[in-house]
Amino acid sequence: MSTMMSTSPESPAGGLREIEFRDAIREAMSQEMRRDPRVFLLGEEVAQYNGAYKVSRGMLDEFGPRRIIDTPISESGFAGMAIGAAMMGLRPIVEFMSWSFSLVAADPILNNAPKMLYMSGGQFGCPIVFRGNNGAGGQLGSTHSWCVEGLYSNVPGVKIVIPATPEDAKGLMTTAIRDDDPVFFLESERMLGMKGHVPEGDHLVPFGQARLARSGDDITLVSFGRPVHFCLEAADALAKEGISCEVLDMRTIRPLDVGSIVRSVRRTSACVVVDQSWSFASPGSEVASIVHRECFDDLDNYVHRVHSVDVPTPYATNLEQEYLPNARRICEAVRACLYRA
Amino acid sequence: MPITNAISIEIPRISILDEKGNFDEKLGKGLIPDADLLKLYEAMSSCRHLDEVAFRLQRSGRMGTYPQNMGQEATSLGAAYVLNNDDWLVTCYRENCGLFWRGVPMESILLHWMGDERGNAMPRPHFATPIAVPIGTQMLHATGLAWAAKYRGEKRISCTFFGDGATSEGDFHEAANFAANLDIPVVFCCQNNFWAISVPGKIQCSAPTVAQRGIAYGMPCMQVDGNDIFACVYAVKKATERARAEGKPSFIEFVTYRLGDHTTADDARRYRDQAEVDAWKAKDPLIRIRMLIEKRKLWDDAKQEAMMARIEKDIAAAIERAEHIEAPPRSDVFDYTFEELPADLRTQRETFETTSLGQERASNPASA
Repeated sequence: MSTMMSTSPESPAGGLREIEFRDAIREAMSQEMRRDPRVFLLGEEVAQYNGAYKVSRGMLDEFGPRRIIDTPISESGFAGMAIGAAMMGLRPIVEFMSWSFSLVAADPILNNAPKMLYMSGGQFGCPIVFRGNNGAGGQLGSTHSWCVEGLYSNVPGVKIVIPATPEDAKGLMTTAIRDDDPVFFLESERMLGMKGHVPEGDHLVPFGQARLARSGDDITLVSFGRPVHFCLEAADALAKEGISCEVLDMRTIRPLDVGSIVRSVRRTSACVVVDQSWSFASPGSEVASIVHRECFDDLDNYVHRVHSVDVPTPYATNLEQEYLPNARRICEAVRACLYRA
Repeated sequence: MPITNAISIEIPRISILDEKGNFDEKLGKGLIPDADLLKLYEAMSSCRHLDEVAFRLQRSGRMGTYPQNMGQEATSLGAAYVLNNDDWLVTCYRENCGLFWRGVPMESILLHWMGDERGNAMPRPHFATPIAVPIGTQMLHATGLAWAAKYRGEKRISCTFFGDGATSEGDFHEAANFAANLDIPVVFCCQNNFWAISVPGKIQCSAPTVAQRGIAYGMPCMQVDGNDIFACVYAVKKATERARAEGKPSFIEFVTYRLGDHTTADDARRYRDQAEVDAWKAKDPLIRIRMLIEKRKLWDDAKQEAMMARIEKDIAAAIERAEHIEAPPRSDVFDYTFEELPADLRTQRETFETTSLGQERASNPASA
């Protein structure tokens, strides 16, 4: 596990200071804006209102309206303009209030940004961070609850980041802003208030390097974003049944840290993928395919997968929870995978 | 309360050199010196000849689908003539004449339509963007480019071209709305050629002018005879002056006509009346310049013949260069998707020559 980093609760690697997930994102953005005059933030409500989810709180006061820009309600508009600005050497951070709203900006974010470098023969890169809330936010209904990683991870030319802890949110955001390619940074409204130890100064977490969220010997749980916490909850419950789960937080979907998954599964011989997107042609199915290929001789059972149910996200609170890859469904998958059902 | 008038609008229509060769001395005075006029005429003639040659290349299988510019040469050329070298010209795909004027080599455009990505890499410094084939996306890029210039405190502006059909796209609304409300120096140039492939203008816009669409955003608007190089230069000059002095956008409707098919994959005879096409042929932007320069004793048949010989030679040489460029190396497939090649793509590159792309353990991830 040499490439993976783990944090122990007794001596947190992030230091003693605890801040919220949203503050960790803001700290990364603000520190990078102080460091690099080419970086700026734009989106709906980001300036005067301090962000619909208060991620950009105080940034207008510090950086002024030239660099913290309230836009018209016009996702395709500001995403497309950010591409123009990036072509001219700036490094925009685009906030989608929700990734669900990025669907109306599909042409700029999928058809232009990831292809500009390629189609201009290496001439125009697009160093843009697109960020916002992703996944079920708690009774927002199906049109506002998209997990875009299922759709967007199929597109070449983008990097997809999905942090599970405040410390990683800061470290991955810093790396995202310094990256020269378009980065989709997926936050969860349900996690913005989560507190964690976060280093105060420069903090970078490289892309494509998983975090060991919990070590274990019997089975490897592979997950990313909010469902990592469902996995940890399941692992606690399963420990009482004598099942020892290793939990990998992948941190980035593209690039994917295949090496860490393979090394873990070769040791445990069992794998469950937990992915909040729909199952068909998803990050989860990709992980399963890789594990079957790379660990074919090591596996005691086929890779089991826990996803959201293949229906629009339900509105009712109980149904939404059942629909998501929750701890109960993870426990069932682990038992089945280990023939303990 | 009596009902009063909330607003009355007027949109100027600009015409300086008409189809009969009549020239408005007052408006046109000092706009284009004679020496430049001859160069502009040669640029338009060259662009026209390239269209004819390109059509034959496509028909003989030497080039992919190609959109002719025929009849619309004056619009982008007028803009390119006015713009500074470091302004952005953000085009769609019927602005060859303006791009060539700014120094984009003819073989780049040929290469592009022959199906070679390298034709899109505009040699620097031309401040031109890759040809935008999806309708309308480039208007937002242009607004972003100008906005970035403003952000960096540079005087550079951008000028973007699109068709009448593109004004039906949401991108037009979003770009115009942004530029107007956030004070971004963009010159929006709509080439109204009356046909979006086979869809007539009536289906795009029920207002009497496309120009008035700009009014809704609070932009000054002009309707311009797009087949009149003088009117095109006049209008773009006004718009760029406003952009530079006030940092604000303008909207220009160039009334012009696509004399050819939409592309070589189209046959406009199936939906357009020949009488309509013939009426516009008489308004050809090249014919009227030739009338003027002959009237001014700057031109004669001998000069025309010498010019055409020059053009034919240059175009033949450009085709020679475009057709004989070495095919791109296979590694080019992988080189430009990311600034740095990620591990999974590296594996795909290593297994590219095999039957199981990305599946072989050429670089074993477990030992990576």
